[in-house]
Amino acid sequence: MVENGILRIVARFLIPLIMLFGLYIQFHGEYSPGGGFQAGVVVAAGWILFVLIYGLEAGLKVIPERAMLVLAAFGVLLYAVTGLFGVLLGGRYLDFYPLLPGEHAAQQFGIITVEFGVGVTVATVVMLIFTYFARRKDEWAEAEQAERHEDQQP
Amino acid sequence: MIDVGLLLLMVAVAVVFLRVRDLFAAAMLFAIYSLLSAALFAVLDAGDVALTEAAVGAGISTLLILAVLTLTRRHEHVVQGHNLVALLVVLVTGAALIYATLDLPEFGLASNPIHGYPGSYYTAQSYADMGVPNMVAAVLASYRSIDTMGEAFVIFAAGLGVYTLLGRRPQRIKRREPSDDSGGQNG
Repeated sequence: MVENGILRIVARFLIPLIMLFGLYIQFHGEYSPGGGFQAGVVVAAGWILFVLIYGLEAGLKVIPERAMLVLAAFGVLLYAVTGLFGVLLGGRYLDFYPLLPGEHAAQQFGIITVEFGVGVTVATVVMLIFTYFARRKDEWAEAEQAERHEDQQP
Repeated sequence: MIDVGLLLLMVAVAVVFLRVRDLFAAAMLFAIYSLLSAALFAVLDAGDVALTEAAVGAGISTLLILAVLTLTRRHEHVVQGHNLVALLVVLVTGAALIYATLDLPEFGLASNPIHGYPGSYYTAQSYADMGVPNMVAAVLASYRSIDTMGEAFVIFAAGLGVYTLLGRRPQRIKRREPSDDSGGQNG
């Protein structure tokens, strides 16, 4: 849809705003409504808008499929490892108090870290699911063409 | 007053949703329904839930349904006649649910279980414990952190599930019967 001027201009204006709003609800989630889950979804929505305008190929140049898979695993691992640090530093699993000297600072550090992990996982998983569904039609067409090609050669 | 209006609009959208046979229109109605319930949550001062409903229910779910619609036909397959077994199941389940609501504690009573121990502790102590003004974030990420970690793993598992089903290119496909129209939108 890149040849449609209105869509292109509006998207060009909106995508940075959506990304900025995603970062805001990610890192301001302790003060205002928000958190990792919503932020991840909003960032993924910005990327999907980009894909709808410029095509999946351009979108996968921004973030390749392999990077999405790695980041999805990285997010949940960040969460789990943060919990493990609580144990290593003398507390219980997912206990944030031992992480830093100040009580409030430790809790806020822990909350921001695990929320970041959730955000990364949610954003990349939504992008992955969208990618797979969006390119399935082309893959079907390719497979069908290959099959027809085989049929023609007895 | 606004919440009653929103609820009536949601009922109207739900009725239209049941009648409509065009799946593209159904996806849009689904988004409208989610957006209305997000507005309802916002009216009820539940900012976090409203944000989630607007982002996930109205945004991403609709996008994923549209992505699926590109792979299937646009109109629902209409079955003639009535399914009496389904009607019976719906009636029995509905009656059981209504019967169960009679056992619920009275709405808004101060002695209700929801106003009891963990909730009252969170409201009183979350700021002193963590210095985090948004109580929802404090409960989700710290008090109930293991639950949230479980949710993150569920999301990850969902991604892995779709990856195993659709991540590989199809080697061969069966000839599909020509569909009436295969949803024009791309992408």
